[in-house]
Amino acid sequence: MAKELLKGNVAMAEAAIRAGVEAYFGYPITPQTELLEWMAARMPELGRTFLQAESEVAAINMVYGAACTGARVMSSSSSPGVSLMMEGLSYIAGTELPVVLVDVVRGGPGLGNIAPSQGDYYQIVKGGGHGDYFPIVLAPSNVQEAIDLMVLSFDLAEKYRSLVFVMADGNVGQIMEPAELPPFQPLKTQYPDWAVRGAENREKHILSSIYIKPEDEEVTNYRLLERWHEIESNELRYKEYFLDDAEIVVIGFGTAGRVAFSAVRAARAQGIRVGLLRPITLRPFPSAQIAELSKTAKALLVVEMNSGQMLDDVQLAVAGHAPVDFYGRMGGMVPYQDEILAEIVRMAGEDIPLEGDPRRRWAQRVNYGRNGIK
Amino acid sequence: MVTTAPTRLVYQRPTTLSDTPNSYCPGCTHGVAHRLVAEVLDEMDVRGRTIGVAPVGCSVFAYNYFDFDFVEAAHGRAPAMATGIKRVLPDRIVFTYQGDGDMASIGMGEIMHAAGRGENITVIFINNAIYGMTGGQMAPTTLPGQKTTSSPTGRDVEVAGFPLHMAELLSNMEGSGYVVRRSLHDPKNIRLAKKAIRTAFEAQVRGLGFSMVELLSSCPTNWGLTPKDALTWIEERMVPVYPLGDYKVSPSLANLRF
Repeated sequence: MAKELLKGNVAMAEAAIRAGVEAYFGYPITPQTELLEWMAARMPELGRTFLQAESEVAAINMVYGAACTGARVMSSSSSPGVSLMMEGLSYIAGTELPVVLVDVVRGGPGLGNIAPSQGDYYQIVKGGGHGDYFPIVLAPSNVQEAIDLMVLSFDLAEKYRSLVFVMADGNVGQIMEPAELPPFQPLKTQYPDWAVRGAENREKHILSSIYIKPEDEEVTNYRLLERWHEIESNELRYKEYFLDDAEIVVIGFGTAGRVAFSAVRAARAQGIRVGLLRPITLRPFPSAQIAELSKTAKALLVVEMNSGQMLDDVQLAVAGHAPVDFYGRMGGMVPYQDEILAEIVRMAGEDIPLEGDPRRRWAQRVNYGRNGIK
Repeated sequence: MVTTAPTRLVYQRPTTLSDTPNSYCPGCTHGVAHRLVAEVLDEMDVRGRTIGVAPVGCSVFAYNYFDFDFVEAAHGRAPAMATGIKRVLPDRIVFTYQGDGDMASIGMGEIMHAAGRGENITVIFINNAIYGMTGGQMAPTTLPGQKTTSSPTGRDVEVAGFPLHMAELLSNMEGSGYVVRRSLHDPKNIRLAKKAIRTAFEAQVRGLGFSMVELLSSCPTNWGLTPKDALTWIEERMVPVYPLGDYKVSPSLANLRF
C-alpha cells in the first residue's frame, strides 16, 4: 500500500479498524477527539459498534462489558479522561480481559491544557488503578510507528489476556506525516473459550474480578505476575541509534525521543560520541539494556516531556554505575532540538557527578524555568 | 391392595437458578427476586442467550446463584457494562440486577443515560431503602426520618435531602419502553412482580428500549426488624412513599399475552 498523508489520531483509528476492532466506546477530549470522530464515521459503515458514552467512566465500563464477549474492543482518551477510567481499567486487569486503550497525553496536572506532554508516564506505566497488575505500554514516536503499534496492541492484548496502552503524546496524535496503513484483517469468527456470549449447550461462564477469599486472590496475583514475566521475556521493544561507540547515552521515548534523535545526529556532526536508546515498550522497560550501557557510558541523559518520570526507571537500571542527567520540558511544552543538543555538548565537556539528584540538578540548571527558556 | 396416587410436582427450583447456598440474610427478599427472574427466564426458554450483570452490594454474588452466563460490574457501572455486551451481541438478552446504592447513587449517570439511549436492556432494581452489604447506611432511597448507621437520628431532609424516585425519573426518559414499580411484601404483589419482570424481558426481546422493574424489598437485618415485621414495614412505610404502578408502558406491550 502507498504512503498517505495522515494525522496521528486518524491513522491510529484506521489502523485499529484494519486490525479488526469490533467495538469502540469513547468520549470526546482534546487532543484525542479525531480518533473518536473517525470511529464514529467508519465503524457504522463497516457494520461494527461505535458508541459515544456519557463519560469516560461509562466508556471504559462499556469496553469492559464488550471485552467480556471476547470481541476486539478499544477506547481512546487523553490524560484527564484516562484518570476517570482508572477504576474500570483495574477491573479489566483483574478480570484478565484483552483491552486496548490509547492515551493521547496532554499537559497537566488538573485540567492542564491540550498540548503534547508525557506527564502520564507514572499513571500509565506504573498502573494507575488500584491493586497489583501489569499493563503493556507501547509508546510511538511518529505516525507510522503509531499505526504499527496499534495493530500490535490487539495481538498482544489477546495473546496475554492483558490491558495494552498505546501511550501517544499529543504531538503523535496531532501531527500529519506520510505513513502506510496496514492491510485489512478479517474480523475474528472464533471467540475464546472463556468468553461470555450465552451458555447455549454448555456450563455457564462467569467473568469477575472478585476473589473474596484472600488465598484465591493471591493465586490470581501470582498468575498475573507469571504472565507478566512471560511478557517481559518476550515483548521488550526498543530502538538503538549510534550506540556502538557512544560515551553519552541519551534515553527518550515518543516525541521527546524523536527530537532527541535529531539532537544526537547534530551532536554526531560535531564529533561528539553520543547515541540514543528509545524505549518503544515503556512496560516492559529495557532495564537490562540500560544497565549494560551504563557499564561503558561516561554519562546518560534522560529526556522527557515531564518532570522526570521515566528517569526513575533509568536510575533503577543504572543503579549508580554511571552518572545520569535529566532534561525535561513540562506543561505541554516540547523541547527543541537545540536545547537537547546544548545538554549533550555540556555533558561532553564536563564531569557529571555520580551522586546527587539529576532532577534537582536540572531544575536548578534551568533555574526552575526562570532562565528565559524558549 | 395399596394404591399410590400419581405424584404431581407443584414446586421446584427453576433450572436457571443454581443449587447454591446464597449469602442473603434470613427473610431478605433478594431470594424472592432471584427466583422470579429465574422462573421468567425458564418460561421464556432463553437460558442459552441470556447474560446477567451483577452489581456491587448484597447481590454482588448474584452470578453464583443463577445458572447462565454472568459478569460482575464495578459499583454502579452495570448499565454501562450491559451496554457494551448488548451492543456487541444485540440478539442476546442482557439484564442488570442492582440495588438502590448501586443504581440510584453511584450509578445514577450510567442508569439515566442507558435509559436515555433507549438501551435495549432490562434492569431489575431492588429498592430496600438502605445500603445492605456495608451494614445499613443511608441510601438515596432511605425514607425521611429513617434511622440508618449514617443517619443515626433519622434521615434529616434538611441535611441529606429527599428520597429519589427512580421509576418516576426513568419513566420520563424517551428511551424507556417499560418502567414499573412493584413490591415483594405479600404473595399477591409477588405475583404482580413476576408478571412485570416477564413483561420487561418481553419488551427487550421486542426491541422496545430500556426496561426497568423496581422492586420494593425488605432488609430485616439492617432495618432491625423480624422478617415478618419487615414485610409489614414495606407495606405501611415504603409503599406510601414509593407508589406501586406502571410508570411507562410502551403501547406495543398493551396486548401482550403470556
